[in-house]
Amino acid sequence: MTLLEFYRRHLGELLLLLREHVGLVAISTAVALVVGLPLGVLVARRPAWRKPIVGVTNVVQTVPSLALFGLLIPVFGIGAWTAITALVLYALLPIVRNTYAGITGVDPAVREAGRGMGMTDGELLRLVELPLAAGVIIAGVRVAVVVSVGVATIAAAIGAGGLGVYIFRGVATVDDTLILAGALPAALLALLADGLLGLVERRLVWRPR
Amino acid sequence: MCAEAMTAVLDVRALRYDLQGQTLVADVSFAVGAGETLVLLGRSGAGKTTILRLINRLLTPGAGLIQVASADAATQDPTRLRRRIGYVIQEIGLFPHFTVGENVGLLPRLERWPRARSEQRVRELLALVGLDPTTFAARYPHQLSGGQRQRVGVARALANDPPLLLLDEPFGALDPVTRVELQREFRALADRLGKAVVFVTHDVREALLLGTRIGLLEAGRLVFLGTPAEFRASPVPQARRFLESAA
Repeated sequence: MTLLEFYRRHLGELLLLLREHVGLVAISTAVALVVGLPLGVLVARRPAWRKPIVGVTNVVQTVPSLALFGLLIPVFGIGAWTAITALVLYALLPIVRNTYAGITGVDPAVREAGRGMGMTDGELLRLVELPLAAGVIIAGVRVAVVVSVGVATIAAAIGAGGLGVYIFRGVATVDDTLILAGALPAALLALLADGLLGLVERRLVWRPR
Repeated sequence: MCAEAMTAVLDVRALRYDLQGQTLVADVSFAVGAGETLVLLGRSGAGKTTILRLINRLLTPGAGLIQVASADAATQDPTRLRRRIGYVIQEIGLFPHFTVGENVGLLPRLERWPRARSEQRVRELLALVGLDPTTFAARYPHQLSGGQRQRVGVARALANDPPLLLLDEPFGALDPVTRVELQREFRALADRLGKAVVFVTHDVREALLLGTRIGLLEAGRLVFLGTPAEFRASPVPQARRFLESAA
């Protein structure tokens, strides 16, 4: 059975898995942003906190994804929430690290001038540091999203659904078409998400013209 | 002019600052009145920049008293204090993602001035520093020459009409011709506006040209304080060395 034929027969299921996959990635990325951006700012403001926070996110990154999913099952049970938690943990590192790098990369003279003219810390962050760091931060989000799309395929192993369902089924039955049926849309999804974020970056980020 | 008769805009008494066991500023006292330009002259590391940053409380003094417009700086909210002190640094620190107009108009925006008033103020200020508002307001800092950028920096520092201006080697990074041009214009501007100015430099010619008084710093101490004429005649060896270097 060819891939096209398979999709024709299982279009409804494909769309369902695709939706699950996008949901896993979207929710986990959103949570990682909400948690990671403030953490990145905190780390940029309080250098003493950099080692523990970046260290922990680094360690999480080194845990193999299948193992992380497995380790979280006793906490959150089987299903999407465990998968989302693991994906959030993976997405944190690039977001925290790039937020930190983006803010500390702002020209110190610009910060000195801003403080010296009487900008509050919040004004400096909102009007100067975050806008100037936006390019680096979005680059981190792109990495996080692309990694998430890939790691989310493994979420199928703990019953969280997504395109990984086809891949695991294909592996179990030694069926290349089935593996491709899951892997191909996952790869396209990663490319699409990356491309869309590239557009966001071009709209949002200031650069010399 | 009798310095005692006029109230000083800036009054610094027995200022001291230590960092990690090192004394960077020791027992520095001076007063600057409206229309006066005090030039703090000294070699690198003499404590010039540190004194400016103590005045606008980017650094906290270890001891001493700083009064700005007769109010104790230490008891004021640093943000409020800084908004009444213009500050220009050598690297200028223009916001690269803001246009010239937005840079100059940032403080009015933070102070929530009505739009028309703040736009009017931006035009005034750009004209004041010799930049045509219709040409320059919409440009970005990277589209300007070094001299133009420094003019914008001065305009931005004047936005809130502060009684006191602090300038930290503002013309240090410019080519010699532009530097002289800006020094002359700044001198005329300072005379006209009647601000109290503290101007930091390591260039003795600049000090003699711009200062109504010169304070010579060495290792955090004020070793000379007087008019340019007194400076030229001073027997203080550090002053002699500076004068000889310019001869």
